[in-house]
Amino acid sequence: MEKSFLNKKPNGSPGDGAVVVENIVKHYGSNKETVQALRGVSFEVKKGEMFGIIGPDGAGKTSLFRILTTLLLPDGGSAIVNGHDIVKEYKAIRKEVGYMPGRFSLYQDLTVAENLEFFATIFNTTIEENYDLIKDIYSQIEKFKERRAGKLSGGMKQKLALSCALIHRPVVLFLDEPTTGVDVVSRKEFWDMLKQLKAQGITILVSTPYMDEAGLCDRVALIQNGQLLSVDTPQAIIGQYNRPLLAIKAQQMLRLQNDLKQYEDVEDCYPFGEYHHLVMKAGYREEQLRSFLEQHGHHSAEVCTIQPNIEDCFMALMKN
Amino acid sequence: MSSDYIITAEHLTKKFGDFKAVDDITFNVHKGEIFGFLGANGAGKTTAMRMLCGLSIPTEGKATVAGFDVYRQTEDIKKNIGYMSQKFSLYEDLTIRENIRFYAGIYGKSNAFIKEKTARLLKQLHLEQEANKLVGSLPLGWKQKLAFSVAIFHEPQIVFLDEPTGGVDPVTRREFWNMIYEAAEVGITVFVTTHYMDEAEYCDRISIMVDGRVEALGSPGELKRSMNAASMDEVFLKLARKATRSAD
Repeated sequence: MEKSFLNKKPNGSPGDGAVVVENIVKHYGSNKETVQALRGVSFEVKKGEMFGIIGPDGAGKTSLFRILTTLLLPDGGSAIVNGHDIVKEYKAIRKEVGYMPGRFSLYQDLTVAENLEFFATIFNTTIEENYDLIKDIYSQIEKFKERRAGKLSGGMKQKLALSCALIHRPVVLFLDEPTTGVDVVSRKEFWDMLKQLKAQGITILVSTPYMDEAGLCDRVALIQNGQLLSVDTPQAIIGQYNRPLLAIKAQQMLRLQNDLKQYEDVEDCYPFGEYHHLVMKAGYREEQLRSFLEQHGHHSAEVCTIQPNIEDCFMALMKN
Repeated sequence: MSSDYIITAEHLTKKFGDFKAVDDITFNVHKGEIFGFLGANGAGKTTAMRMLCGLSIPTEGKATVAGFDVYRQTEDIKKNIGYMSQKFSLYEDLTIRENIRFYAGIYGKSNAFIKEKTARLLKQLHLEQEANKLVGSLPLGWKQKLAFSVAIFHEPQIVFLDEPTGGVDPVTRREFWNMIYEAAEVGITVFVTTHYMDEAEYCDRISIMVDGRVEALGSPGELKRSMNAASMDEVFLKLARKATRSAD
């Protein structure tokens, strides 16, 4: 059965699309109270790409991943993963993708080595056969291989989960929020591991609520309320931002924000770390802004024009 | 000890067997301050917070919260603080109104107080229409804003927030911080943990824990200057890289 599907070229599938998603819809609940998790999502991931799905909790990231890994059926639309239809050819997809869910879901009462062995076996392979792929990651936890998975630290659990998701040498890897709740240092280490996997030719779809991780992806989809706000390279998304953006700092930051929101040429003003970011209307005049600041007693205000980052873009798109 | 402090901690230590989860930390928090409590996973933040909330008895050292001793007066501490976390905040299968009433009741507030303040709060949050809906049906950002309001409903002197904005969208995250500022304006001390380094900048002072110890303490500006770093991100990375013990 499956063999015939494998040989068939899917209709209209572009040559180099590792993942092609078309108008996927998913809702939960009864007729009375339905939650629209995905409202017609379409995008394409190229082979070998590091593709980020970036958005807050509840945006639909997990539903999308569960649909693409054939664990959930969509209510509408279609998708192809590595040349296979997610509904009709789900068995083929399950052999060819790796999935690391957001919640730790290995067997807590099996040891590190037993978990890895288990996943290798159910995929009809051995640890030895694919050891080269996981070596860099697994070697960091190998000295604990007799320890039960439930007794591992958060960082080690993550490395074991990634090893288990890779042990059958998947073509496409789905990572659902691997860095959520993880501190800055561990996040950096995790992204370094992903870069090495990408270098081995694996297509990676990774979701994250952290906007600053967008820059580490080749392309990103920004998602909010079950809809994609934008799909492009991080640089292109930033390039599409079309308003003057300033960073501003003064003595009294809270009052500064409230005052600026009253100023007619200000479209938005929000805190951003040490500064406030100030979205201006096109054609604003700097001298006028300066004198407004003076009038309101923000004498030593520091103002400079800045490049937006992905979070600025996300907020602008959200408010549109 | 100065009465200007709402938290005092001296040589506070917590051991689990041979493991020093919190290793001799000393710091004070001023009344009305927004105090950021940072550290890598496994640095000891949660253990330290549990001691300050009266949920875990220290092994060594001294500490007071709102004037109460963390060894002998844990019940007084619990009555005088508020607490919310990302993981646990409200009961999803109770309505908004029921959650408010439940928490206020636990803190022993009178029916008249609850009634009057609930009306005011629902209006403030623009949740009047939703008051009888289950909390589970609210978007995450709304839940977190409501959870914060519930955590300070009984007008505590200090509120502990454990990663309150994790996973919240960037617009709502900032609305949440505006609520923190408003609470601080009326004199509530805010003790907050976060993994977002931009939020560290919104705090009056920050402490950074590494391997159970407080490795740095000061205003964001002071820390950046003393560590010769351009951003809090850099300060955090420089400090946390010294860590020798592994994450939680």
